[in-house]
This record gives sequence, C-alpha cells and structure tokens, in this order.
Amino acid sequence: MFYSFGRYILLLRLSFRKPEKFSVYWEEVMREMVSVGIGSLGIVAIISVFIGAVATIQTAFQLVSDFIPKTVVGKITRDSTILEFSPTISALVLAGRVGSSIASQIGTMRVTEQIDALEIMGVNAPGFLISPKIIAGVTMVPLLIIISVGLGLCGGYIACAASRDVSTADYISGLTGDFNQVILVVCAVKAIVFGFIISSICAYQGFYTSGGSLEVGQSATRGVVFSCVMILFADLVISRMLL
Amino acid sequence: MIEIKDIYKNFGGNEVLKGISASFKPGKNNLIIGSSGSGKTTLLKCIVGLHEPTNGEVLYDNENFTAMHFEGRVPIRKQIGMLFQNSALFDSMTVEQNIIFPLNLFTNLSKAEKLDRANFCLEKVNLAGTNKLFPSELSGGMKKRVGIARAISMQPKYLFVDEPNSGLDPKTAILIDNLINEITDEFQTTTVIVTHDMNSVMGIGDHIIFLDNGLKWWEGSNHEIAHTDNKELNEFVFASKFMRAAREKL
Repeated sequence: MFYSFGRYILLLRLSFRKPEKFSVYWEEVMREMVSVGIGSLGIVAIISVFIGAVATIQTAFQLVSDFIPKTVVGKITRDSTILEFSPTISALVLAGRVGSSIASQIGTMRVTEQIDALEIMGVNAPGFLISPKIIAGVTMVPLLIIISVGLGLCGGYIACAASRDVSTADYISGLTGDFNQVILVVCAVKAIVFGFIISSICAYQGFYTSGGSLEVGQSATRGVVFSCVMILFADLVISRMLL
Repeated sequence: MIEIKDIYKNFGGNEVLKGISASFKPGKNNLIIGSSGSGKTTLLKCIVGLHEPTNGEVLYDNENFTAMHFEGRVPIRKQIGMLFQNSALFDSMTVEQNIIFPLNLFTNLSKAEKLDRANFCLEKVNLAGTNKLFPSELSGGMKKRVGIARAISMQPKYLFVDEPNSGLDPKTAILIDNLINEITDEFQTTTVIVTHDMNSVMGIGDHIIFLDNGLKWWEGSNHEIAHTDNKELNEFVFASKFMRAAREKL
C-alpha cells in the first residue's frame, strides 16, 4: 500500500513537470474538457433530475405532520442536494463513466507501446497524458456538479408538481428561505477534490498497467473501485472538517 | 556511434542480459538476432532507455546515456526514431497527425512546413495520400510503414526497429526491409534492428550480433554468417532444411 501510494505521488510529480510545448498541452486540456464535461452531461442531467425528485418525495413522506411546515421539504431537499446528493452521487457516476475511460485509455496505450513511443520521442509521457486529464477533472467535475444541483432542484419541483404532497409554492419558499452559504463552499470543495480523485487515481491505474487486454480491463475496474472508495472517504473528511 | 558496455539486466531473480558489449556502426544496418527469449528486445529497450540496465553503460557518441536523467536524455532522444513491433501508432490521431506529432512538440516549423515534412515522409514509405486515415483503417504492413514515416519525421541520427517483419507476409516483409535499408543509406542513420527473420539477416545485415540466453555469441556480417563454425549460431540460422540446403549451395 505504501509502495503504491509513493508511486502515485511520484507519478503526480512527473505529471506536473514543465510541458515541452504549452500550446500542444493546451489542446489536450481542451480535448479532455470536452470529453469529461460535454461527454458526461447527459448522464449527470438524468441522474440529477431523478435524485432531486426522489429526495423531495421521500422527505415529504417522512415529514407528514401538522406541526412541521411544508416549506421544510424544500429546504431539506436543497441542503441535501447541494451538500451530498449532487456532489457525491454525481462523482460516483463520473468515476464509472470518466474514470474507467481514463484508466482503459491510458492502459491500452501502455500495453500497445504507445507510451513507450512517447518516451522515445523525449515526451514526458505522464505530463502529456495525465496532467490534461487532471486539469479537465478538477475544472469540469465542479461545473457538472453545479449543473447537477440546479437540475436536482428542478427535479424536486417536478416531483412537487406531479405528486401534490407539497405545493410548488411551499417548495420554492423552502428553497429560497434561510440559506447558509457554507454549504456552497462545502459543495465546491467536494467537487474539486472528487474531480482530482477520479482523474488521478484512474490515470495511475492505467499508467501502470502491464500485460494485455485482460489487464486493461482489470486496471479500469481497480481505478473505478479505488476512486469510489476514496470519494466516500474524502466526503467524510470534508464534511467533518467544514461543517 | 552507439556503444554498449557490459550490459546486465535482471527482472527480479531472472537474469535476461549477462554482460553484453558491442558497438553499432554509423550509416549501417546493425542487426541483433537470436531466438525468442534470448534478450534481443530487452537489449534494444536498454539501449533506448525504456529499460534501465542493472549494470553497464550505453554511450551515444561517447556520452553516457545510462547515467543521464530524463531532461539530459531529451536532446539524444530527439535524434532517435523507433519503429515498434506493433507500430505503436497513436490510435486517436490520423496518419498525418501521428507523423506531425513530434514536430509539433519539438520544432518551431510552420503548419505548411510540417505538412510538407509529413508528405515527404509518407512519400518515402510509399503511402502518399493516406494522410487522413486512422491507424484502425490501415493494414499491418501500412501501419509499419507509417511507423517508419513517424520515426524519420525528426530526421533521426539513430533508428531503432523492433521485429519489423513480425506478422507480415514475405513480400511485405522484404518491402519493409528494403525501405529500412534505403533510409539507412539515404539519411546515414545508425540503424539497429532486432529480428529473427533470416531474410532480413541475409538481405540487409551489414553488421550482425547474435544473442542466445542473454549472452553475445557471435558478431559479424551477413557474408560471414554462412561460413561461421559457431555452434549456437549455426543451430539458429540453419534450423530449417531450406537454410541448410541454401548453405550447401553457397
């Protein structure tokens, strides 16, 4: 475990060496941003709407009491979506979609000697392959999570409109009242950390793949599993530290 | 000139190379031959720095490549072109982008100059007009030729070729051999080829090093190989009836 952690840190250090040519790396960053951001928008949008709707319905179900104002449903949905559902569930889904893609892409390049070809040319292979993915991860995952929060709250509104357990007016009133801005900071920190975890761990797993296609698949699986575990661990640490 | 001095390479407890020394002649085809598992590719990877030797030195024009760090090796690596066994073309790039890639990173050529260079390299390997194809659209022989085109795009001083004929039909294999030979002659590269193909050995082997079980057993030219009395080399070269019959006619 310590060996792997040390190798992971060394790989990160190599990844952020000075680029051979900034413009070529910039193109790679843009390409990765499109792949991570635009490529994941559909799945993030779908899960966000459903999560927001389900969170609203279940909160309304548990708070059936004449002593509790209905606006609380909107408030709880808002806070839980911003604090937990959007960042964590989106990150877990992105670990599957983006992380497996990163690990298998780099792993395939390793087993087909494309990484060797880069090194022979004098290219810093970790820098060229990994740093654009990490930059794309820490920039696009937060953007996706912002979109996820918005769509999650829209999902809650749709659920209110459809079920009539809570009126849409009460829901909106709950969403807009009594807002503590700290939860936005927590959400932003989680999003950046999760983006880094997904891209760096999966890139590490891919970069040290050896063997053939079977091992590429195993690297992708390991990348997703380790990313998911580390996302949940980081979620706990960040929540404990910032709330 | 490339020199290797007393190269050892271990993988765990497995000693793959056992003290190999040799020099590779400039402007010539230098072949490293031997049976599968003899350490040919490992030696090649030690020479280009993909593997670090357990012991020994690799010298490029008397500069100790082995002792250099990553940054120190970059100027030498810019003079190296390499064709890999499976071509190792970048899947996500077209043929043209593959060839231009090192030029983008290491030169300040204009876009037009880079395109000219790419077209020149593709013409050299008889693949003019394939610029926009992706590697997945190419045959094995075409991939090898694009690999050669990419390897020569930076006008290398040293050309390394790993198993150029593996997986190719005899006609295409000879075409690739001739191409490598032409490039060596035209650009005066120090070409190091790892192969176990006897057509290559007899056709383009200016200087041959024979490895077996991690040791160097013989060194010479393709003219000398037929008359050697080295037992290990004879067992390798004349393993087939065809080669034995050919030797009797020599």
